[in-house]
Amino acid sequence: MATKSSRSAARVMLAPAVILLLGWMLVPLTMTLFFSFKKYLPLRGDSLERGLDWVGFANYARFISSSSFWPSVQTTLVMVGCVLAVTVVLGILLALLLDQPFWGRGVVRILVIAPFFVMPTVSALVWKNMFMDPVNGLLAHLWRFFGAEPVSWLSDASLASVIMIVSWQWLPFATLILLTAIQSLDSEQLEAAEMDGAPALGRFAHIILPHLGRAITIVILIQTIFLLSIFAEIFVTTGGAFGTRTLTYLIFQRVVDSQNIGLGSAGGVYAIILANIVAIFLMRIVGKNLDR
Amino acid sequence: MARSITPRRKILTTAAAWAVGILIFFPIYWTILTSFKTEAQAINDPPLFLFFDWTLENYSVVQERSDYMRFLWNSLIVAGGSTLLGILVAVPAAWSMAFVPSRRTKDVLLWMLSTKMLPAVGVLYPISLIFVRFGLLDTRAGLIAVLMLVNLPIIVWMLYTYFKEIPGEILEAARMDGAGLKEEILHVLTPMAVPGIASTILLNVILAWNEAFWTLNLTAAKAAPLTAFIASYSSPEGLFFAKLSAASTMAIAPILILGWFSQKQLVRGLTFGAVK
Repeated sequence: MATKSSRSAARVMLAPAVILLLGWMLVPLTMTLFFSFKKYLPLRGDSLERGLDWVGFANYARFISSSSFWPSVQTTLVMVGCVLAVTVVLGILLALLLDQPFWGRGVVRILVIAPFFVMPTVSALVWKNMFMDPVNGLLAHLWRFFGAEPVSWLSDASLASVIMIVSWQWLPFATLILLTAIQSLDSEQLEAAEMDGAPALGRFAHIILPHLGRAITIVILIQTIFLLSIFAEIFVTTGGAFGTRTLTYLIFQRVVDSQNIGLGSAGGVYAIILANIVAIFLMRIVGKNLDR
Repeated sequence: MARSITPRRKILTTAAAWAVGILIFFPIYWTILTSFKTEAQAINDPPLFLFFDWTLENYSVVQERSDYMRFLWNSLIVAGGSTLLGILVAVPAAWSMAFVPSRRTKDVLLWMLSTKMLPAVGVLYPISLIFVRFGLLDTRAGLIAVLMLVNLPIIVWMLYTYFKEIPGEILEAARMDGAGLKEEILHVLTPMAVPGIASTILLNVILAWNEAFWTLNLTAAKAAPLTAFIASYSSPEGLFFAKLSAASTMAIAPILILGWFSQKQLVRGLTFGAVK
């Protein structure tokens, strides 16, 4: 169908996007790889102009053997896992609820989706001060109202608090996608099952949940990509203290706070590998979809 | 055919749905409400929900003290500029892949998506280094370039899924009538593509507006957008709840309004067309 001239025109149209993204990917990646094999501490006089010492895999070994590495991996996994669990489970329940007919669907939908549009620094600060502040926060008021001792959320239950803030931000995303998926379900099948006397729980387990499988997988994969690189929420609330230092944040501290570029770059390479493992699964699903 | 619903059940569902909706929205509501209180009322125990002296003072104080307008301007320029630039690059690319697909189109699309998965922190230092070398640190031009590249895969994907839905027969019909490539694009396809392009712009302005890794790490004073403006409130002065609320309200209001228009596109854009 396509003529030869339209084919070459197409190539010209595609070129700028491909070249830009290729540069965006390759240039910094090559630099990170390069630095990861070098001793590079700008504060101690190392500079690119005078040349950097090659240290082989020393940075990689040191990054992994440092006492903060495994805790940060654990924090990352706990945080990503908990946020995923909370958003997917609540997202399914919410999607089921919002799929029912009720008055004011449009307005409720807007209320539920709103947190997704709040910029990360705002939601972190609002939660940190106006809700989780141990003296003046709303939760402290609530705790005192019931005669309980207010909790210092961000120092005593810091990881749980950050998980809660991030879940609040991502719940709308999960809900919206799952709701879209539920609405594409053939309602005749459900009606038939209902008439055959299948109980609500059975209808959910045998018809709705399998239908949602793909949407749930997509929610999990996409959120994982974004959650692995959570930054602003930690930066604003705890600054990585009290057991909330994720792998991303640890690398950030190595590069920015302690200015150990070599070590931070080695950490960066680990993070890139980790993200790519998740990405491969996501690509498979999206790729399959392209063939349809 | 809709299932028949008993009125009792509908009332119960309505109550439950509204309760959940209000609960989820509450932090935003509370922020907006607090922004109209005095500092003393903001931390009053018990909390004040309706009956207090409404005041606009916080807004003028925030504007005077931290020059809100400058940050707003930076946000507008950076979000708008990076999106428009991205569209300029992405429209031809998505166009060619949707209408003149080749054997490699699928691989190119997936590869583009994979660049989005690159963790930002892994390339933070190289990017800062490049920024310092080229004098881009703390400039709007630098931020526009980075955010454009960060969001380019999403823009291409969204446009691609929209363009894919334009029926190919229309193109063939136009060709039969003797339309060249230029007429084809200008008079046949463009009118059909405008809604998709508009939705793509909308979603990407939102994403760029809320981006909080590069905007925090690559700006200092001059080019800092609203994300950085708000982060500056995390210092002890942030304990002024009413002023923090006013600043927050001003930072999120424009995007909340835009966001409400883009709900449907959100699903499609963020799942790369895998859920529609």
